[in-house]
Amino acid sequence: MSNVGTPDNPLRVAIVGSGPSGFYATEALLKSDASVRIDMLERLPCPFGLVRSGVAPDHQKLKQAIQLYDKIAQSDGFSFLGNVTVGHDLSVDELKQSHHAIIFACGAESDRKLNIPGEDLKGSHTATEFVGWYNGHPDYRDREFDLSHPNAVIIGQGNVAADVSRILSKTTDELKHTDIAEHALAVLSESKIRDIYVIGRRGPAQAKFTPKELREFGELDDCDPVVNAEDLALNSESQIELEDKSNAGNAKVYKLFNEFSQRTPSGKNKRCHFMFLLSPLELIGKNRLEKVRLEKNQLTGEPFNQSAIGTGEITEIDTGILFRSIGYRGIAITGVPFDERRGIFPNNDGRIIDDGNIVPQLYTAGWIKRGPTGIIGTNRADSVATVESLLNDLHNSTFDNAKNGADFLIPLLETRNVRYVTYPEWMKIDTVEIKQGQEKGKPREKFTRIEEMLNILD
Amino acid sequence: MTTIVTDNCKGCRFTDCVTVCPVSCFHYDDEMLYIDPDVCIDCSACIPECPVQAIYEGDDIPEDKEHWIAINAERAPNLPVCEDKMDPLPGAEERKAELGF
Ligand SMILES: Cc1cc2nc3c(=O)[nH]c(=O)nc-3n(C[C@H](O)[C@H](O)[C@H](O)COP(=O)(O)OP(=O)(O)OC[C@H]3O[C@@H](n4cnc5c(N)ncnc54)[C@H](O)[C@@H]3O)c2cc1C
Ligand code: SF4
Ligand code: SF4
Repeated sequence: MSNVGTPDNPLRVAIVGSGPSGFYATEALLKSDASVRIDMLERLPCPFGLVRSGVAPDHQKLKQAIQLYDKIAQSDGFSFLGNVTVGHDLSVDELKQSHHAIIFACGAESDRKLNIPGEDLKGSHTATEFVGWYNGHPDYRDREFDLSHPNAVIIGQGNVAADVSRILSKTTDELKHTDIAEHALAVLSESKIRDIYVIGRRGPAQAKFTPKELREFGELDDCDPVVNAEDLALNSESQIELEDKSNAGNAKVYKLFNEFSQRTPSGKNKRCHFMFLLSPLELIGKNRLEKVRLEKNQLTGEPFNQSAIGTGEITEIDTGILFRSIGYRGIAITGVPFDERRGIFPNNDGRIIDDGNIVPQLYTAGWIKRGPTGIIGTNRADSVATVESLLNDLHNSTFDNAKNGADFLIPLLETRNVRYVTYPEWMKIDTVEIKQGQEKGKPREKFTRIEEMLNILD
Repeated sequence: MTTIVTDNCKGCRFTDCVTVCPVSCFHYDDEMLYIDPDVCIDCSACIPECPVQAIYEGDDIPEDKEHWIAINAERAPNLPVCEDKMDPLPGAEERKAELGF
């Protein structure tokens, strides 16, 4: 029997990524009976993943999940090493030497492509870039968005598409007391966008919005939601879907569309149009995006399994900007098996597998484990399941030897001149951000460049 | 805006909702669960998980359930937190069928 997991030889776990799934895995490990030491590695100096840089700035209440993560981070046995990219600053092989187990909770940071002509035209963007930009993610700090055309098109009808559309629909007054990045607020306040077209491949009964996100479009200061009543006609399969008791969410969404379609526009300055059964075929423009060509779809298949197929009928929308929000993909890390098709780390109950065989020591949780679905809380159940697998392996004595954890990694980082950021150092950054926000009536003003964050530490 | 548990939860206490709550704000007594409105972040993760649709979000609470807002707020803070899945109460399956789910 190995004594790993006892106070003399604690189970050392490295967690890659500091989003919700990393923190819920930490929580579950710390709650277990084993003696555990956790080192969380994060590529940015700031923790919290998409809760900081994905969740919309006008949804501050959701960001309160951070209060719990902050509490977890201050537990005994936890350490944070920010500004460290696994696969670049430290290799997976090195983590295998320093820790008994590694949980990859690194999210899905790349986008799915439409794979249509013109996709790379100037003016065609991913939702990720825009979201990262308005949320002050350092990777997207210097992106430019030209909001001078009166029309904008969003491809996709999930909650990320809703966030992008809502941010474009809101007035400066509705945004200025959120933690939206200053550079973004400046550009948005000059926006000339009047009509926002939110395009779904399938019908109004299949839109992926949650009722709550959609309802907000009926309550905006200066934007009317627009739905064409004819577009709400349903085939019998969709009717069956909406009548199903287990599908209450979609039924509520459909009801909201219906309500929007019966409103007389109140003459607000902006309009957000929800359109269905349309797929983009081509983005057209000489030097930059000028219009998008779309094909009308129809649904085929059984209820709950209907897919959209083209009818050959074409429509076009003039636009200067387009955002695609059709899903995310994970990014491969050297030394970890990768499922190219699904864009995730292949796994069985959180144990990473290669060609069906379990790879010792490697585990995964969150979006990189199951794909980019589910909201913050979904990751809690998911991380608990991964930790259960890990603890089972511990009880079956899969782990041997003592490991040195961060004590092994820190000298490596030092020789490589990596300025790692500890949790107390992050708390300093946090305090300054909150202070610079207060001066402007915002919950915080984020640093949007890594150097700026490091500067206040040295 | 508040998210609340209502009477459908009574006598069944399936705890599917609890496993996805990002901030562990469910509390329980012998009969059912309650949400602490001071801790809940209104993320709606729990709503689709409940097999008997006992949970409602603020804008969606039917008039005849509005009194549950006060009940959740009063009871939750004085009861133990339910962080992990518990066994359903005896008779939970029957109750679920009775409610038509
Ligand atoms: C635009 C948007 C809006 C959303 N809005 C909501 C909402 O309103 N409500 C809700 O409940 N959910 C929302 N979500 C979903 C929620 O954010 C996700 O479910 C959740 O963040 C996924 O958690 P995760 O830990 O798997 O990944 P992430 O949160 O993405 O965290 C991954 C972390 O890993 C780090 N990382 C990546 N690669 C490396 C590496 N090689 N080395 C070190 N660190 C690395 C990243 O920097 C990041 O911090 C939203 C998501 C998006 C994209
Ligand atoms: S899932 Fe529904 S019935 Fe079960 S405990 Fe939660 S609220 Fe009650
Ligand atoms: S809405 Fe979210 S935070 Fe509130 S009880 Fe449900 S899962 Fe928990």
